[in-house]
Amino acid sequence: MALQGTHLGMNLTVDDLDIENIAYFGHCAKHNFHLQRCDDCKLLRYPPTTACPFCTCLESTWVPVEGKGSVHSYGEVHHGIQPQFQKQTPYLILMVDLDTQKGAPTEHDALRVVANLVTPEGQLTSADQVARVGIGTRVQMVFSDLSPGLSLPQWTIDESVPQPKPWRYPE
Amino acid sequence: MTAIDLDATSPKHLADKYAIVGVGETEYMRGNGSGRTTRALGVQAIRAAMNDAGLKPGDIDGMLSYSGNDSTFSTFMAGDLGIRLNFYMDVHGGGSSTEALVGIAIGVIEAGLCKTVAIYRAMNGFSQVRIGGTGARSAAPINGDQLHARAYGWQSAGQMFAPTFMRHMHDYGTKPEQVAMVKVIHSEHASNNPKALYKKRMTVDDVLNSRMICKPLHLLDCCVETDNGNCIIVTSADRARDCKHHPVLIRSVVGRCCKPRIDMHYQHGPISTVAGHYAKDILFPNADVKPEDIDITGSYDAFTFTTMLQLEDYGFCKKGEGPTYVSDGTMRLGGKRPNNTSGGHLCEGYTHGIAMVIENVRQLRHDVDDSCPIGPDGKRQHTYDYREGGCRQVKDVELSANLGWAMPGTGSSMIMRRA
Repeated sequence: MALQGTHLGMNLTVDDLDIENIAYFGHCAKHNFHLQRCDDCKLLRYPPTTACPFCTCLESTWVPVEGKGSVHSYGEVHHGIQPQFQKQTPYLILMVDLDTQKGAPTEHDALRVVANLVTPEGQLTSADQVARVGIGTRVQMVFSDLSPGLSLPQWTIDESVPQPKPWRYPE
Repeated sequence: MTAIDLDATSPKHLADKYAIVGVGETEYMRGNGSGRTTRALGVQAIRAAMNDAGLKPGDIDGMLSYSGNDSTFSTFMAGDLGIRLNFYMDVHGGGSSTEALVGIAIGVIEAGLCKTVAIYRAMNGFSQVRIGGTGARSAAPINGDQLHARAYGWQSAGQMFAPTFMRHMHDYGTKPEQVAMVKVIHSEHASNNPKALYKKRMTVDDVLNSRMICKPLHLLDCCVETDNGNCIIVTSADRARDCKHHPVLIRSVVGRCCKPRIDMHYQHGPISTVAGHYAKDILFPNADVKPEDIDITGSYDAFTFTTMLQLEDYGFCKKGEGPTYVSDGTMRLGGKRPNNTSGGHLCEGYTHGIAMVIENVRQLRHDVDDSCPIGPDGKRQHTYDYREGGCRQVKDVELSANLGWAMPGTGSSMIMRRA
């Protein structure tokens, strides 16, 4: 069944025919992070795709993946473009390297999952939290619930581990 | 016919066989906007390019355009101008389309589909569909694959490219004041371009003190959304000899060359490397020249960073030395290899790349449209005095490179030479 939800006033939908995204967000709705693992070459991939980008195999299995990683790069938005985000500045667009499968299949590759910096409860953070985060920050995944069937993966600072000093844009 | 002309397996066999013979544009507009349709903008630009080449409607039989559903199709342009088409195609896309369409034009002429192709871009990028993504585009519902990006306020070009730019600063120690020099230099060039929208010369402090849009991009690191129409005309080198201007020949083109995983290119690293890394291996061998042979560049400046990243990855300097290259005067008028002598998209106006090709065509004709006096032969008598309001013709320029950009993962490019 098609998925629908509202996030910050924006309408989000996933159509019935989009079976890969239906499966991906179906797991997210249960606060589980799953990715497709290729049945042939066994590599994980993100975002959801029809074929394996590494070997073209059409068959895959959804497997649980630990939602932990470190910030690979980021953008810090001070001038919102979408009307719903104009009230949320400053906010962070975090590009995170998952710990799982980092450096594979080639040295500089990673499963890079983009989401915002949020509180552990899944709300966009305040400016002082934004200022704590940069390249290298350890983060863990949480979910923002949009509707009973649709949740968005998000990143929050992993307070359970010692944080390295992050690299930040020079002020 | 020489042996190399018969060898269709050699990618070099089309070098210098095609030319750009006509260029034209409308004025660049903001404020109250163009006050006309994209149909009118396109018609005016195509007509200007035909007049520039000395071609009549009956001489044009091919047409190509690109847009993001914000333009008017070729059929309307051709109808308005009394052109009967043997070939046309309107493709989806923005930056990095111009050079790719030049490649398609060469291909269809070579295949016998038509003889002379007008390529245009017409847009109300300021007054209608904002290229920066505000307005209708930002309010559109978010569906399917877009949930992995737009749902996070990751939508506009600046937002989408920011991870590439930021990671470059991290990896190579790139400083904001070095990148700001791209705007400074392009503004100097624009001050010598009467048709440029922003002619005021800027300083590094002007850039760094402008408000932050999306770190690392300040307002003045971003290009200027504009209403405009632009056109170039491609035909064979043989026909070019009958046109009005000194021929400008096409030595090689690259069209929408991509990094791996172009569905979401960030999956493949290093993310601070862009498509030029791959495109250079087509561009230079096919033209049989090297980066050091190039006199002027047109490295796409959607943002200050895009100019720098491409100059690096195409090999005009070593990887990581882009910050020095763009800030040491190399790419200034009077420097070793000037870039975007029109002022580019940061200052002249945003056209999705086609205006940077037009500028290099005029440079290669040695007849760029600055304020120098026009002599008895109808050509400008260039002074090569690059002070504000003065000349912007590069002396004795023979070879140019245009480095088009769609996004970090996709680029197109072209080398042209003066016949």
